Formats: sequence, C-alpha cells, structure tokens
Amino acid sequence: MAERELILAFESSCDETSVAVIENGETILSNIIATQINSHKRFGGVVPEVASRHHVEQITECIDLAMAEAEVTFDELTAVAVTYGPGLVGSLLIGVTAAKVVAFAHHLPLIPVNHLAGHIYAARFVKPLVYPLLALVVSGGHTELVTVSAPGEFAIIGDTRDDAAGEAYDKIGRVLGISYPAGKQVDAMAHQGKDTFDFPRAMDQEDNLDFSFSGLKSAFINTVHHADQLGQTLDKNDLAASFQAAVTDVLTHKTIKALQQYPVQQLIVAGGVAANQGLKEKLTAALAEAFPNVDVIVPPLRLTGDNAAMIGAAAHIELAKGHFADATLNAVPGLDLPQASEA
Amino acid sequence: MKLLALDTSEQAMSVAVMEDATLLAETTLNRRMKDHSEQLLPTIESLLAASGLGADDIDRFVVAAGPGSYTGLRIAVTTAKTFASTLHKELVGVSSLAALAAGERHTSELIVALMDARRGNVFAGGYQWTDDGRLKTVIADRHLALTEVLAQIAALGQLTVFTGPDALSMRETIVEQLGSLARFADPVSALPRASRLGALGRVAAPVADIDAFVPRYLRLTEAETTWLKTHQETGHEPYVEKV
Repeated sequence: MAERELILAFESSCDETSVAVIENGETILSNIIATQINSHKRFGGVVPEVASRHHVEQITECIDLAMAEAEVTFDELTAVAVTYGPGLVGSLLIGVTAAKVVAFAHHLPLIPVNHLAGHIYAARFVKPLVYPLLALVVSGGHTELVTVSAPGEFAIIGDTRDDAAGEAYDKIGRVLGISYPAGKQVDAMAHQGKDTFDFPRAMDQEDNLDFSFSGLKSAFINTVHHADQLGQTLDKNDLAASFQAAVTDVLTHKTIKALQQYPVQQLIVAGGVAANQGLKEKLTAALAEAFPNVDVIVPPLRLTGDNAAMIGAAAHIELAKGHFADATLNAVPGLDLPQASEA
Repeated sequence: MKLLALDTSEQAMSVAVMEDATLLAETTLNRRMKDHSEQLLPTIESLLAASGLGADDIDRFVVAAGPGSYTGLRIAVTTAKTFASTLHKELVGVSSLAALAAGERHTSELIVALMDARRGNVFAGGYQWTDDGRLKTVIADRHLALTEVLAQIAALGQLTVFTGPDALSMRETIVEQLGSLARFADPVSALPRASRLGALGRVAAPVADIDAFVPRYLRLTEAETTWLKTHQETGHEPYVEKV
C-alpha cells in the first residue's frame, strides 16, 4: 500500500482560524474553521487587533480538533503548510508562528502557501484539475483573473484597480442597513428586486481584464443620499438588484473576454463571493452560450470562504515541487501572485 | 526539570534554556535587526542545539505573557502554547513586568518595572524580594498614566528601584516627582533576560488550560472600548464559533 501523504494546513489571514488535515492533496480528513463573524459584526467590519486576539485564543484548540477528527498523529504527518500572505499581518502571524513551531517540534518540512493559490485549489476537492485553466477569484479582499498554466504556475491577467467586489458589497450593505458581512443578504434581496437604477459598469468596455468597483459604490451611495434629501424612499430590493447586476455583469464580461484570450477547459470561480447566487447564475448562463465546452467549477460553500483545507490542497502541489520555508518564515501581508508579464 | 523561557514583549528578545535553576544557554538581542517573527524560532533552535537538547526534551515552556507590545506578546505566547500543546508539556505564563523586576536580584527595596504604553501612559508593576527568595507582587500590573503610578509610589514613601528599558528614558519625570526616593537599574540589568523569567517560571504553577491561554494585554482594543460605551457585553452570541 502506498504511504499516505498527510499535510497539516493552517489558515489565519483574516477573521477565520482554520486548521485542516489533507490526504494526498484531494481528501479532507478534517477542516476545522473557527469564525469570528459575530465579534466583528459589532464594529461593522473586521478590526485587525480584535482578529489577532481571537486567533491566539483559538489556534491550539483548532490544531487539537483537526488532528483528532482526522485520527492522525504528528508522527504520521508528511508536512505542515501555512498561509503566509496576503492578509492582515497580525492575523497571518498566528498561523505562521504556530505552523513553524509544529514543523520544528515534530521534525516536519514547512510549506509556505499563498492565500490566493489556496482559494483556487479549493476546486481540487470538486474534481481533478485540467491545465491550463482559468480562475476568477472574488472575495472581500480580492477580485482577480488568474491563469494556471500548470500545477502551481499562476499569472494574474486581471485585477481590481480599487475595491474588491466583496468589499463593495459590504460598503453598500452598510448603506442598506445590513450588518457585516452583507454579501449573502444583498444577494437574497437582489433576487426580490429588479435592475432599475442602471448603475455604471466601470471598465466594462475597456480592452483590458481589470476591474473597478469604487465608482459603482459611489454611484450607489449618491443615489441613496440624493433620495434621502428629497424625502424619497427607494426600493431596497431594486437597489440591491441593480448593484448586483452591475457587479456580476462586469465579472461575467471580463471572464468571457479572458476565456477568448486564454483557451481553457476549466474555469474555477473561487473566494467568498463565489457563493453569490446571482454571479453563479449569470456566469453559468453566459458560459453555456459562449463557451459550452468550458467546465465551470464552483467549490461548495464551506470551501469558498477562508479555510485551511484549500491551503492543504495548494501545499500538495508545492510539496511535489520541493518548495519549503525555514524557521525564519515571516508573514507577508502584501504577497501577491505573479503578474502575467512577470510569469 | 528542563525549561525553555522566551520573551518578546518589547523591542528586546530573550530566550533561555535551563535545567532547574541552572542556565544552560541564553540569547538576548536588543538591537532589532529583524522582526521577532523571523528571529524567535531560529534562536530557539540554535539554543536547544547548543544545549544538546531537542524540543521534546523540554518539560516546561515559560513565556512572558504581558503586558507589552501586542504583536510581540502574541508571537511568544503562540510559540509557547503551540510547543506545550502539541508536545504535551507544561506551560507557564509569567508577567513580563515581573520578569523585568527579577533582573534586580540583589535589593530588598520595592522594584517597579515600567513599559511605555504611549500618550503619557505606562504598564507598571511593583515587586519585592522576600527573605525566602520569592518575588512578591506589591502593586499588581496595571495600565495607567505615569504621573498616577508615581503618585501611588510617592504615597508609599519608600525607596523604589525603577527598571525596564523604558523606565530609564522616563528618569526625568520620575525624579521630578519622587526626588531621592527613586533609584534606577543599570541599563544592562534593565533589559529583559529570559533566564530571570525562567527562574520565576520554574517555581510557578503551570496553566491548567493551555488552549485557553492568551496574552495579558491589560488593555481592551480601541474598537471594543468605543463599542462598550453604547453596548452591553452580556447576552451575545459567542464571538467565535466553530462552523
């Protein structure tokens, strides 16, 4: 019987403390996620110092639970993996510190993983990946189009110039009186309303694959404030539907444009906003027409948000390449994937 | 008993390996060339190697648990609790101010350890050696205005030794308020030394719940302080949930 490859993976880049055990890069033996959403709801968004404090109180318990649920011992592990960026530095440091100690104390190699690579490799738990492939990464911190030419070979071909898509959802959510994080509720409201406001689709007609959401956010806020001043009440569901239509139009159009330039068999939709029903519907419909042979992979809800299982899947690729870090590994909050021109 | 003591509460970093009361190896770095995150574990590795020990040989991990720089505290505490938890060893948290005070070993006077907490505030703790060699808490660690802590000490009316790297830079204010009652540690003794921390941790009780162990920040975050002005802390959903 072939020996099992077991990776203990850590993720703590924002407001989830997560530890997972992954077998052979494709099977989740455990994926413990401690979310701090109830804490940050108090402040209307993630407060970095509060997030860091929660991570310290959770980290070893998450390790215990992940090891126990996977029914493995430290002796059986092959390697330790950790998100070292991008993310909040104080949050990242907890996962990085704990992962380094486990690797040293239990004589295991340490694999540094880029958080965005993790989001993309969450798709590996749905089915085997076929290269080259294209990924649309959309979350509270990221909106990127990424090509993956071979295992672990990434190149950013499109990026947001300002706000991330998920960030725009949270900001307009606040205007609608929705508590953080707003994405799920805006999505639900959008399905009850109509696109009547015709908000701007920034950069939609431009030739590049980049995004911009700050103009849309401002147009939304101005529309609401202007109505407030006139004493008018706007239909919140229509507002949500109009906002979501603008976001998903641009995401869909740019993804189609990317597929025209980079022929692939698989499109991965990754990150927290991948759970958005409106995006899924529009993207699936557009692809069915324009690229019926492209397979769209949207990981299940639990794997689109931040979690350590996806870090373990990405680490499996890095392990095969022998990409290791030593005890000096530090958090890199501004870490990014390579730009297409650099790749 | 073999123990590893570590302190990254402030700018200086100190790590020591001890066997009972005997110091086997120690490193103190006071010129911060790298982040604590980059240099703490490599230092632990080299000190263990120099002591002929592996991590698994350590019976007890002693950490300076605060107060201090929030990020620094978290790095040492996360390191210590991850070692202790995954190797099934003991964990002891010691006040970072008590560890500083313990650097003044040969005095029977009141020792006050200070850390700059910015905007005129300090973290302060008052300690005194007993005849049987224990370090007794006289003023519990607290976060307050420097002028306020000096007023409390003035009220005691006794000779006081100030220690900690920040205390030396506050000398002028301290002398102004306390005059000849104030003494100062020399700059070398004023540095945190993990061997002193380890000596305190050797005789302290290990923590019962390693998972729940967190730094002693002695201060809420600004966001929480502001929120509490208009909200009640009771009856809420758990702030962190396993999902």
